[in-house]
Amino acid sequence: MQPLLITRFSIVNCLGAGSGAVLDALRAKRSGLVPCDAALDFHTAAVDTWVGRVSGLEALPIRRGLEDYDCRSNRIAQVALEQDGFSAAVAAARERYGAARVGVFIGTSNSGILAAELAYRRRDPQTGALPGSFRYHATLNTYSLGDFIGRYLGLTGPSFVVSSACSSTAKAFGSAARMIAAGACDAAVVGGADSLCLTTLYGFHSLELTSRLPCRPFDAEREGISLGEGAAFALLEKPGAGAATDAVMLMGIGESSDAYHMSTPHPEGAGAKLAMQRALAAARLGAADIDYINLHGTATRTNDAAEDRAVVELFGTATPCSSTKGATGHLLGAAGITEAVISMLAVQHGVLPGSAHTRSVDPALKSNYLLESRSAPVRRVLTNSFGFGGSNCSLVISDARVH
Amino acid sequence: MRAYIEGIGLLGPGLSGWQESRAALTGTEAYRPARTVIPASELLPAAERRRAGIPVKLALAVGREAFMSAGHDAAATATVFASSSSDGEIVHQLCETLATPEREVSPTRFMNSVHNAAAGYWSIATRSREPSTSLCCYDAGFAAGLLECATQIAAERKPVALIAYDGPYPEPLHATRPINCEFGIALVMAPEATSRSLTAIDLELGPAGAAESRLADPGLEAIRVGNPAARSLPLLATLARGIAGEVVLKYVVGASLRARVTPCR
Repeated sequence: MQPLLITRFSIVNCLGAGSGAVLDALRAKRSGLVPCDAALDFHTAAVDTWVGRVSGLEALPIRRGLEDYDCRSNRIAQVALEQDGFSAAVAAARERYGAARVGVFIGTSNSGILAAELAYRRRDPQTGALPGSFRYHATLNTYSLGDFIGRYLGLTGPSFVVSSACSSTAKAFGSAARMIAAGACDAAVVGGADSLCLTTLYGFHSLELTSRLPCRPFDAEREGISLGEGAAFALLEKPGAGAATDAVMLMGIGESSDAYHMSTPHPEGAGAKLAMQRALAAARLGAADIDYINLHGTATRTNDAAEDRAVVELFGTATPCSSTKGATGHLLGAAGITEAVISMLAVQHGVLPGSAHTRSVDPALKSNYLLESRSAPVRRVLTNSFGFGGSNCSLVISDARVH
Repeated sequence: MRAYIEGIGLLGPGLSGWQESRAALTGTEAYRPARTVIPASELLPAAERRRAGIPVKLALAVGREAFMSAGHDAAATATVFASSSSDGEIVHQLCETLATPEREVSPTRFMNSVHNAAAGYWSIATRSREPSTSLCCYDAGFAAGLLECATQIAAERKPVALIAYDGPYPEPLHATRPINCEFGIALVMAPEATSRSLTAIDLELGPAGAAESRLADPGLEAIRVGNPAARSLPLLATLARGIAGEVVLKYVVGASLRARVTPCR
């Protein structure tokens, strides 16, 4: 594929708001996970697990004129859009290309389903109707997040929301890159958000996939995921658009399906391996060109075993790799863009993030898993996102100077 | 952006298959409204057949029809799934359960609640490891899906199948988002003309203000406006006539999608 410049990115999650806060936490191997119990008062959720919660959302007003879109996931998106000079960079791109020439390719798994969960608690006792304040199109519909972001940024270019569970925001990069290559737009905002909600807390609990302790990716005693919430965004442009010296590039994307099971990964990681192979091929790179792999690393028994197997088959046992989900929790639909931004920070600042909460690596797993954060030059990163339905996506992020 | 349509699948109210529906779509026979009949899926293994919901069965049925007529290998073909609501019954059941004190969520129901459930079942059923994108664009999912397919074909020069499907929510969500019927459409598209090509389709983004194509038959027009996937009906009607023509689909705030079709035979 034609590499694309990432001219700006932004991020928010339980580690903090903005790239600086997230970078500091990664360097210090700090985790943002906290116990999820009624004391935390997340809408009375009582699941024995830990979560990565974004603070301050309850008091945050949604931008005036967009009140219909007021829900937790859109508030999280708004916070991220206001970090790292992102909305200003998009405004400049809008001026440069025109509002209709900047695309909006967003991903989410659950969009504003929390708004529907809360509305169902307030149904009319006689008729069963939802409260009149419930706005389906602006909260529950999967497109509502893309619609909100397009309106917030004043963009009218081609748009849709990719929703393929935990690969959603990684796959949005693929759609955006193809749209730019086909000339449907000149630049694109890529990213997305997911918020904590009762559907995923109780849903993953019902599948016995939530960890009672903070999640421990690749640990011998790992027992499942910690859910998180957050948003992140990237602005993609064609090369030559006035690249800064620390610019990063999207070099390749690889997508595949497991064709195995709806909620369990292929045990040999066949689909995962195919996605990584395709990403390297699209980037015209070999396995040896990758300096760090940001793993999907959910800390379920099955994901980590399958992913390790696929990584070792393709990269051997030397390439440093880690999951950052012990720090952020699993951001579901927003995991792909979050970990893409973490990969961009790794390249820009030469940091290899160690795995928060992992105590000792499972001896059955053979990849070069990083327990401690360290500084080293990082030219190219591969980042993995795998989701329910067997949806796999890998991205290659590179230092623009080595391209 | 040009592609070649090689296979078509269709299920809707009184529209039971592409060949069976052509006369009603061209107006040579009167359109007779009837409930959408979704056949039992022959594609899925028994365990998955028990777990899959109606929207998944709808998507798989139209996909299967399109691939049967296209003669392509589904295992080797990338897919794009477009839906506004995915499985509305499951969203309702989850929200209802979560409003009770016990909150006993069914794991199967939760697993099936993801927007890409149909894509997951499709890849299991067809053993396809090819990429699959599941997307949503409120009422414009079919147009968005067509655009996604066209750019995939331009980038990869490989066949892609589009499967767009939507069905109604139960109350109380139905009152906030009325979708009036089940409707599914599938198109298998290829980058080059072959002996199997039915028609060339050229896609182009146009101005937002362009008037969208409608249907003359009031019964079909009611389906078109009552179901997001059925926004495809003007294109299907043009394809059914087997003549060159152009349709305009509403897309996003700043753009419409113009599709020009040129029959290959």
